[in-house]
Amino acid sequence: MLTTKHPSAKPEAAIVQRAQMRAATALPKVEGPKVVDEKTAKRMAWITQIRAVRDHKDKGAFAEIFAYFGPRVKAFLMKSGATPDLAEECTQEVMVTLWNKAHLFDPAKASVSTWIFTIARNRKIDILRKQRRPEPEDLPWGPESEPDQADALALQQETMKLGEALASLPEKQRDLIQKAYFGDLSQSEIAAQTGLPLGTIKSRIRLALDRLRHSMG
Amino acid sequence: MKTIKHHLTDDLLMRYSAGTLPEAFSLVVATHISLCDECRAQLGSFDAVGGELVDDVAPVAMSDESLAATLRMIIEQKSDEAEVEAPRESGVFPTPLQNYVSGDLKDVKWRKIGGGVSQMVLQTGDDASVRLLRIPAGTAVPDHGHNGTELTLVLKGAFVDEHDRFAAGDVEVANEDLNHTPVAEAGEDCICLAASDAPLVFKGLIPRLAQKFARI
Repeated sequence: MLTTKHPSAKPEAAIVQRAQMRAATALPKVEGPKVVDEKTAKRMAWITQIRAVRDHKDKGAFAEIFAYFGPRVKAFLMKSGATPDLAEECTQEVMVTLWNKAHLFDPAKASVSTWIFTIARNRKIDILRKQRRPEPEDLPWGPESEPDQADALALQQETMKLGEALASLPEKQRDLIQKAYFGDLSQSEIAAQTGLPLGTIKSRIRLALDRLRHSMG
Repeated sequence: MKTIKHHLTDDLLMRYSAGTLPEAFSLVVATHISLCDECRAQLGSFDAVGGELVDDVAPVAMSDESLAATLRMIIEQKSDEAEVEAPRESGVFPTPLQNYVSGDLKDVKWRKIGGGVSQMVLQTGDDASVRLLRIPAGTAVPDHGHNGTELTLVLKGAFVDEHDRFAAGDVEVANEDLNHTPVAEAGEDCICLAASDAPLVFKGLIPRLAQKFARI
């Protein structure tokens, strides 16, 4: 029941396993339409896994999500200043939240990575910063019924483009964006740490965001 | 929906998304986003950046028992009682602000701070502070400069300063460079939510004294 090796014979599980193996071996990215398709398939497969958790409390699907995202959430929390033990504990809590709130995930609004990031981020604020997190009010028309598959696909493709744009940013810009998200540092702290003038940091981040916007436009 | 002219900056949205803003600033950001579809959409993009970064980070292995331990936590937790949030009272304040006030505008416990202006300080982490301000129609907030960053979100009425006009939903982002004298427009009291990561610096002795007592 709990094994991650052969959770089911579903085709998307195979896709996920392939994707995981590729991620684990960290091969250089190959550009080409076939790879893009596989990446989209991988993203759509995560949505199926979340649905399986929501609808069937599917522990096999959960184990797959855990195997891929757990180590990434743990890395994110450690980069934000958590000790390995605390990061491990927090990651488990993030995964419990994912299980409990699977019904709130909306693939037309966010990718699975985005959704997991927001859960991990909120946990980080709670545990590391010991502060509350004020969240915006839900939109007045409330959650819709099952979102359209086409909307979900479009959103996943957009986020994938964003990921590619991020990966192709000049290293200096990308590094600052990463520091801003992971390092838990203010821009002045980044300035102190890197020895870069605050103005340079601000303009590099602005350039990076402009590039990302352009790539999405 | 009201037309909002003054929005949050990329810097604030990115830090809110990354979870690195002080709680007091996050409250202003969350309240503005509740009123502003444009900034809500922008936040969605910044959250997506965070998601892509997590996806791309070099993974750190979890311990062997972690999955089993997590499943145990899931099985042993109490069934998700009290998950349903109380529907918000429809009122002047969006939900995140109502949560900090424990109610709407009518429930605010105002305290006079001089010049006809009243405030209520809201409880947050102490790396920055946030307060509601009520400025009577036609009244000026004492002339002040800023030591750090100050966010002022208009909830009701409007204020004008030397630079612009800010109406309900608009947010003003001020820093050290801005020295201004906001005046509430005639006709209606102006209610604002203002966060600051440094004490305001009032010019002149009397406001300075008042500052000590009023915790500005």
